[in-house]
Amino acid sequence: MTVESLYPRLEPLLAQVAKPIQYVGGELNAQIKPWDDVAVHWALMYPDAYEVGLPNQGLMILYEVLNERPDALAERTYAVWPDLAGLMREHGVGQFTVDAHRPVRDFDLLGVSFATELGYTNLLEALDLAGVPLHAVDRDESHPVVVAGGHAAFNPEPVSDFVDCAVLGDGEQVVGDITDVVAAWKEQGRPGGRVELLARLARVEGVYVPRFYAVTYGADGTIAEVLRTRDDVPPRVGKRTVMDLDEWPYPKQPLVPLAESVHERMSVEIFRGCTRGCRFCQAGMITRPVRERTITGIGSMVDAGLKATGYEEVGLLSLSSADHSEIGQLAKELADRYEGTNTGLSLPSTRVDAFNVTLANELSRNGRRSGLTFAPEGGSERIRRVINKTVSKEDLVRTVTTAYANGWRQVKLYFMCGLPTETDEDVLEIAELAVEVIRAGREASGSKDIRCTVSIGGFVPKPHTPFQWAAQASAETIDHRLKVLREAINADRRIGRSIGLRYHDGKPGVIEGLLSRGDRRVGRVIERVWRDGGHFDGWSEHFSYQRWTTAAAEELAPFGVDLDWYTTRERTEHEILPWDHLDSGLDKEWLWDDWQDAISEDEVGDCRWTGCYDCGVCPTMGTEIQIGPTGRSLLPLTVVR
Amino acid sequence: MARQPDGPPPPPTVQKLRLRYTKRGPLRFASHRDLARALERALRRAQVPMAFSAGFSPHPKISYMGAAPTGAASEAEYFEIGLSERRDPEQVRVALDASLPPGIDVLECVEAGEGAGSLADRLDATRWRIDLPGVDADELARAVQALLAAETVPVTKRTKNGTKDVDARAAVVSAAVAVEAGCAILHVVVRQLTPTVRPDDVMAALAAVADLRPPLPARAVREAQGRLDDSGDVADPLGPDRDASSRCQGEPAQV
Repeated sequence: MTVESLYPRLEPLLAQVAKPIQYVGGELNAQIKPWDDVAVHWALMYPDAYEVGLPNQGLMILYEVLNERPDALAERTYAVWPDLAGLMREHGVGQFTVDAHRPVRDFDLLGVSFATELGYTNLLEALDLAGVPLHAVDRDESHPVVVAGGHAAFNPEPVSDFVDCAVLGDGEQVVGDITDVVAAWKEQGRPGGRVELLARLARVEGVYVPRFYAVTYGADGTIAEVLRTRDDVPPRVGKRTVMDLDEWPYPKQPLVPLAESVHERMSVEIFRGCTRGCRFCQAGMITRPVRERTITGIGSMVDAGLKATGYEEVGLLSLSSADHSEIGQLAKELADRYEGTNTGLSLPSTRVDAFNVTLANELSRNGRRSGLTFAPEGGSERIRRVINKTVSKEDLVRTVTTAYANGWRQVKLYFMCGLPTETDEDVLEIAELAVEVIRAGREASGSKDIRCTVSIGGFVPKPHTPFQWAAQASAETIDHRLKVLREAINADRRIGRSIGLRYHDGKPGVIEGLLSRGDRRVGRVIERVWRDGGHFDGWSEHFSYQRWTTAAAEELAPFGVDLDWYTTRERTEHEILPWDHLDSGLDKEWLWDDWQDAISEDEVGDCRWTGCYDCGVCPTMGTEIQIGPTGRSLLPLTVVR
Repeated sequence: MARQPDGPPPPPTVQKLRLRYTKRGPLRFASHRDLARALERALRRAQVPMAFSAGFSPHPKISYMGAAPTGAASEAEYFEIGLSERRDPEQVRVALDASLPPGIDVLECVEAGEGAGSLADRLDATRWRIDLPGVDADELARAVQALLAAETVPVTKRTKNGTKDVDARAAVVSAAVAVEAGCAILHVVVRQLTPTVRPDDVMAALAAVADLRPPLPARAVREAQGRLDDSGDVADPLGPDRDASSRCQGEPAQV
């Protein structure tokens, strides 16, 4: 089959749109393989704007892993802004990959990584632009198999009409298994058509094919039963887990765009998984157990990545980077290695812990101390016990004060509001805390030139967490709490002017909540919103709350449920949840007990240090914690200055 | 007094290099900020010993000048870098070229001549080639005549702060029409005034004087950039640096 580049027809359109560079590809380390040299063609999509999608680590990893296979190629595609989408429709140019500008329609597979549910409408837009039928059942052998991945794929039910499969868990190995299945099926002359291919894929560990599972509902609107419709697919689909991160040092050649992106740095994932047990955190729950990359593995990835990219900054990525068993030594040895080279090292937002200030000092000793970010998440000690992210107010103030005393001028504090059991008082404590932090910080640093930024957003309960049963706070509740918080911060101008407040109103969170804990009936809402012009829902200038609420009211009414039913309703213990047949390894009873512990403000430890508390993941998945210390150290490395 | 970082100041600039590079193919859609990022990263990958500014946020010593607009290709973009150690200009050119994506090609690299003056001062005109697919060459020629015959041709530019009127005619030094492979081509030399008159402003002027409206987007290439010489052509802006370095034998460049 000849697949032609769409570029000649795209190019005249690019002269008429904003930021055309995002559509031309040609990034450093991008790869283009000849179409006819390989059996299996993957288009990988991040369903948001290029500037957001390009730095995505997951997509970069799969892009390399697939392109390393001699029998496969992978190209990337991103959501197209409305200005270009309009011109593409007008001129009959389909959704294209940025690598070789090949039509997405012609690929064997379209893998879509959903970090957030707000990307769902962008999937529909891309399918429509590609000329692929929106509904999986309407596709034939000539259409790509649409595969959803990423954290949101742990409940793909709301998009189950539109995707052919969802992949649970780590992607590195499963994309290879899927490639093998597709290659064999094509080689055999596509026996049994698309249905047979999907049936074969459904037998790959970690692959869920929604069409082979039937969902029925009871009179009260809850799920009555989820039954498989074929005997040869598993009753429950378990997630995939990659063990030994050192064997998967990807991305080896991170992509470097010409266009500006949201992360102007390279990242090295220093470990995967987290067992801190923060009850709101879906990432921490679904990525267990903790698997560390070794200090030497990290050292060589940092070195190779910097050489391959020319970036000036390296982020040491994970869900809680200071918890790496060798982080102190790692920070020191990396700082030693890059001293005098204008190379910055950074940790993403960290737990509130004095040790993190020490680490940040070490990492920044070659550069500027501008801002430090902590994530206490809950405003009061009480609510922090509920979410299992315990830190006392004294420790919090002391830690932040230490940061100011060490020359950090700006501290950012991340919070959530609308957490289970929360009251106005819990949120108002954020203001007290910020005021105290500034007072103590001015004293400790001897300067008035310090700032504290409070960043706060509404909490959205997520599947596979202890809060999956919780009632989500309404948009009105969130907005009210944000309002009283703002007033409290502004009450004393002399202090308040050193405190910044950044917040998101409660409305997008409600829609995210609908999509997060929704079932298959929510698919009609998504489709309706897209048909009414909805896309780029993660962008406030494109998000329309009214479009969503109207669509939800009208499309859900025939089922006797509504937006509130999905969001502000607390679930009961034995309700069948839409994702119960998808197995993250977490034991549902343990999750329920942890939810009850949350309500009674009981904390749980971290199994790395306090022993196993039977969350269920390791025995179910046949995995184990992989942590150091390894006792190794970074070899001296000659660095060009 | 402003806070200063601890430790010694960064090493000083010991050599200034001036480079010419291209913006070809799909990379014509890169903005000047995109190019600046790409060049800075390529300098790091190529391990060019850049000099840095002092302060808490040290920046490599790079000056960009006269960037072609987003969407226009170029054979003649220029920038200047300060090095903390001396290097052979040709070796820097080769190493940097190898680290840049295809389409951004480093064509020349010369050492700034002692007393040869600033490079920015030598970039006061551009020779553009504008391909106009679907436009009739005779119609284009008539439009160009009308433009050259006019005293002033105000066109409205869209800027960040709204719109601004600029006299496109005043910037046009010369204009000629050719045909290549059936496509009408406008060769035009434009003075770089403030605000800059760009190829799309020239096209707006042709629309204003003769209602010329191309059916397809025009494709512009900056063929040369430099000082306007007496004959109305654009002179090589690196010439004075080359002359200066051939005059003085100087110390041998270190590899």
